[in-house]
Amino acid sequence: MPVEGVAANGHLLAVSNLTKLFGSFAACNGINLQIEQGEIHALLGENGAGKSTLVKMLFGVLAPTAGEILWQGQSVRIANPAAARKLGIGMVFQHFSLFEALTVAENIALSMDANISLAKVAEEASRLSHAYGLPLDPKAHVADLSVGERQRIEIVRALLQNPRLIILDEPTSVLTPQEADRLFETLYKLKAEGRSVLYISHRLEEVQRICDRATVLRHGKVTGACDPKAETPSSLARMMVGSDVAAVTAEGTSAKGEVQLEARHLTVPARTPFAVSLKNICLKVHAGEVLAIAGVAGNGQGELFDALSGEYPVGDDSAVQIRQRPVGTRNINARRLMGAGFVPEERHGHAAVSALPLSDNLVLARSRSDAKAFLGGGFLKIIRRDAVTSATKRISEAMDVRKSGEDPPAGSLSGGNLQKFIVGRELDRQPSVLVVNQPTWGVDAGAASRIRQALVDLAKAGSAVLVISQDLDEIFEVATEIAVISDGRLSDPYPAQELSREKIGLLMGGMYGKTEGTEGAHAH
Amino acid sequence: MGIVEAILLSVITAATPLVLAAIGELVTERSGVLNLGVEGMMIMGAVSAFAITQITGSPYLGMLAGVACGALFSQLFAFLTLTLVANQVATGLALTLLGIGVSGMMGESFLGMQGIKLQPIAIPLLADIPYLGPLLFRQDIIFYLSIAIVAGVHWFLFRSRAGLKLRAVGDSHASAHALGVSVIRTRYLAVMFGGACAGLAGAQLSLVYTPQWVENMSAGRGWIALALVVFSSWRPWRLVAGGYLFGAVSISQLHAQAFGLGIPSQLLSSLPYVATIVVLILISHNRRMTLINTPASLGKPFVPDR
Repeated sequence: MPVEGVAANGHLLAVSNLTKLFGSFAACNGINLQIEQGEIHALLGENGAGKSTLVKMLFGVLAPTAGEILWQGQSVRIANPAAARKLGIGMVFQHFSLFEALTVAENIALSMDANISLAKVAEEASRLSHAYGLPLDPKAHVADLSVGERQRIEIVRALLQNPRLIILDEPTSVLTPQEADRLFETLYKLKAEGRSVLYISHRLEEVQRICDRATVLRHGKVTGACDPKAETPSSLARMMVGSDVAAVTAEGTSAKGEVQLEARHLTVPARTPFAVSLKNICLKVHAGEVLAIAGVAGNGQGELFDALSGEYPVGDDSAVQIRQRPVGTRNINARRLMGAGFVPEERHGHAAVSALPLSDNLVLARSRSDAKAFLGGGFLKIIRRDAVTSATKRISEAMDVRKSGEDPPAGSLSGGNLQKFIVGRELDRQPSVLVVNQPTWGVDAGAASRIRQALVDLAKAGSAVLVISQDLDEIFEVATEIAVISDGRLSDPYPAQELSREKIGLLMGGMYGKTEGTEGAHAH
Repeated sequence: MGIVEAILLSVITAATPLVLAAIGELVTERSGVLNLGVEGMMIMGAVSAFAITQITGSPYLGMLAGVACGALFSQLFAFLTLTLVANQVATGLALTLLGIGVSGMMGESFLGMQGIKLQPIAIPLLADIPYLGPLLFRQDIIFYLSIAIVAGVHWFLFRSRAGLKLRAVGDSHASAHALGVSVIRTRYLAVMFGGACAGLAGAQLSLVYTPQWVENMSAGRGWIALALVVFSSWRPWRLVAGGYLFGAVSISQLHAQAFGLGIPSQLLSSLPYVATIVVLILISHNRRMTLINTPASLGKPFVPDR
């Protein structure tokens, strides 16, 4: 259903001098932006550039500190999301605002302002979802749906309001390449109907492919507006990052050594109703090798990390082997003592205690594995401050961690700098096995390239490195071998040079190659 | 009236306050707020119901006073935990201690007074059904209300839009806020409903169960109600089943004593609490069930980032 046009000269949405302060920090600083009717407009920027803050203001979730929003030429104040929807602005959030315990229809009904019966909502949602090629079962519980399906709910939910402008926040970060293609089809359809799309992303390739215009943000300011098709990826990256990003060099990787980390038919039942069970996972990482495990979020990555690291030991001692010794039932410290290092996915609350200084975070992680270096006083185990301080300094220098003061609380560092410290904390031990989950999630390009280089260098120095990541660019940068995890099953590994993105996409969707025969016995 | 009938009647009387207090707490917890002050709101309801009945001579006015007092008292908890974002567990415990203390002070001059009982209302025709009639349709108004409230809560939670919003707030307050649902307002109302129900439960104690005022007469029923909510896995009709089970256990100890069974009375009177512990252990055994039904943001404070 096409929508009617805006007054000939006007923009659909114009933002002038929009500013949002958190304390003295300007998350958005004097933003100017215009969106025309029927265009797909990209909002580009690194994490922390102010993209999310900007769209939250447009959708009425945050109140601007200063500046003006013009909707079809009229100055408006968007007090809350209901007001935004009333104007004709729909939003699809990056972290889905869905309720797991409710059904698809209930979730959709929640965002409808008018009092329509649930049956009617279900019927309308089902009709719209098919019209836009986004099939959905209205009676399904959200907890049982895949990430891609959940995103469809969000999109259908937005479409039910018949919006003029749809805002999508990093929509493809959780999708397989095939799912993303399907999403793009839907976006073209919306554009053809005269609707506008504000497309937030940091994936340059996508933006070049589908967007008509782009506005680039850096540190809360607009640093450029352009036609992305007329730019090159590196010129766009320059606008986003402000300088050229160092490319990771992976040449000259040493020859394969001994197997350092191995999983043998690792099978782990799901711990919670929302967790994924691991099914017959076999993998080997040799010294000098980086094995990357690709996959869409929520397919068992976290569970695999827990089993390999010993955060949750598994029942079968021989299912996990570190340096060819069975460790399945041993805990994380026992595995660290054998020369392994682990970097979990979440920086805050998992890999680091935000409120504690870096030095304390260092002691927490390594007090057992490096007791000789960090603890003194015999059985009293008194922390040796001098040793800890110098190690903190050493790590910060090695990884170029930028911080205020000698030893600030972990929470005061930016995501990228904290991640560099956390990775550096493990690298500092020169582990012969390193398992790292989502090493650069939500990290700026500079820090990401520093971390990836460190992983490659570690492997070159003869360690076995296992990287679990959702970021295909990252995987191709660091990996020598690639395997794909889907619904708790791991594909066979492929040499990185032989694997195309399309092939990975198929594997992500659960299309296995050779492993098909073994999986039947373990299917549930 | 036969002995069986007498026992069943006393079970209903013992179960009604448990069901009432628990259904209120169920709604509160469905909105994501853990109010451990049920015992305190209940005892405040009991004392104010008794006092107003004595002053006005009308147990119906007394009952309304109990409801109002419970609701009002709960708003102290709501203000502290929702507006000032105080810790819910600590504030709930404080509310219970405060309620027991204040009710003792308020009730001092009513100690030992002869109470006025809420009289049963016979429902025409239905009251004449043999066996069932005298049990279910010759009851006081609070019993009828307890069943109506459970039915109403079930309809509200699973059929109405407002109930859907309330469940959404309890499942993920951040998402509900992003959708434009007023989290704080929903929670204030849910806490108030919980308080009103606890107040009504208290009124039943001092107007029906034992029509007099005795200090600390709620005797831990608020805690049993809290356990009942978990027992029911936040589903209204299961809560009724649990309430009557607990009612039966607590009554059976009285009858067992009356029959002169050779079991120490202290052991018998601890039965309801033992049953609470046993049931909680059994429930926690089924983790999957508990996880799916538990309001995911239960007890977590909400501060909008504005």
